[in-house]
Amino acid sequence: MDKNYMKLEFLSRSNNESFARVVVAAFASQLDPTLVELSDIKTAVSEAVTNAIIHGYELGDGIIILEVTIDNSIIEIQVLDKGKGITDVEQAMEPFYTSKPNLERSGMGFTVMETFMDELIVESTKDIGTKVIMRKKINSSIDKE
Amino acid sequence: MGYTTEIKRRNLIVHFYGELDHHITEKSRLFIDQKYKDNDLKNIIIDLTQLTLMDSSGIGLVMGRYKLVNSNNGEIVLISSNVYIDRIIKMSGLLKIIEVYTKLEDALSKLER
Repeated sequence: MDKNYMKLEFLSRSNNESFARVVVAAFASQLDPTLVELSDIKTAVSEAVTNAIIHGYELGDGIIILEVTIDNSIIEIQVLDKGKGITDVEQAMEPFYTSKPNLERSGMGFTVMETFMDELIVESTKDIGTKVIMRKKINSSIDKE
Repeated sequence: MGYTTEIKRRNLIVHFYGELDHHITEKSRLFIDQKYKDNDLKNIIIDLTQLTLMDSSGIGLVMGRYKLVNSNNGEIVLISSNVYIDRIIKMSGLLKIIEVYTKLEDALSKLER
């Protein structure tokens, strides 16, 4: 596998969280990931998309853009929203920090993304939106060569 | 569906199926709390054994139910026998406040003691 790319736009509805996970998992399958790797990727996607729905668009309607690039054994996932943005990214990424404790959010979203992926980059501008970039090396694809 | 509930003595058992995410936690949260209060129950057992995925929304759901039963002098326990679910439970720090069993019977007999 050398290079491949996909892009998907969908409405910020909570029932699209599972849709986004399935799409990324299906696209990632060409790298022949292990079940653990697939579970890691799906969980990380779930966190990023849920953040866009709850925090980016604050449960209102907006468009979430999901882009996935495969470059050799690396999968890169971008989740972009044009919502309210994050004023303090560093604080938002702290474990257990949540801006919405009343919604029973655990504050673990970015920690999960960081733990389950190899690399996490969060770019955000207030009132413009947020872009989450995650990368992971899929080892099983090399072993099969 | 995503979840079912059953009552055994004063325990509310919630079985989750498939993938527990923000969508399912929002669908189930109020129903669980209502069932717990309406039947004057004490403990909540959350069965995660039939899940294939749980994200941090599931952690938030457990923490919220922990507060509910705690204020009622009850206990909340989890049932999990899946490595993917165990990993996120460990990461969340839930193990410091909540016990995890691999079998429902073990959890029930513990709560009955």
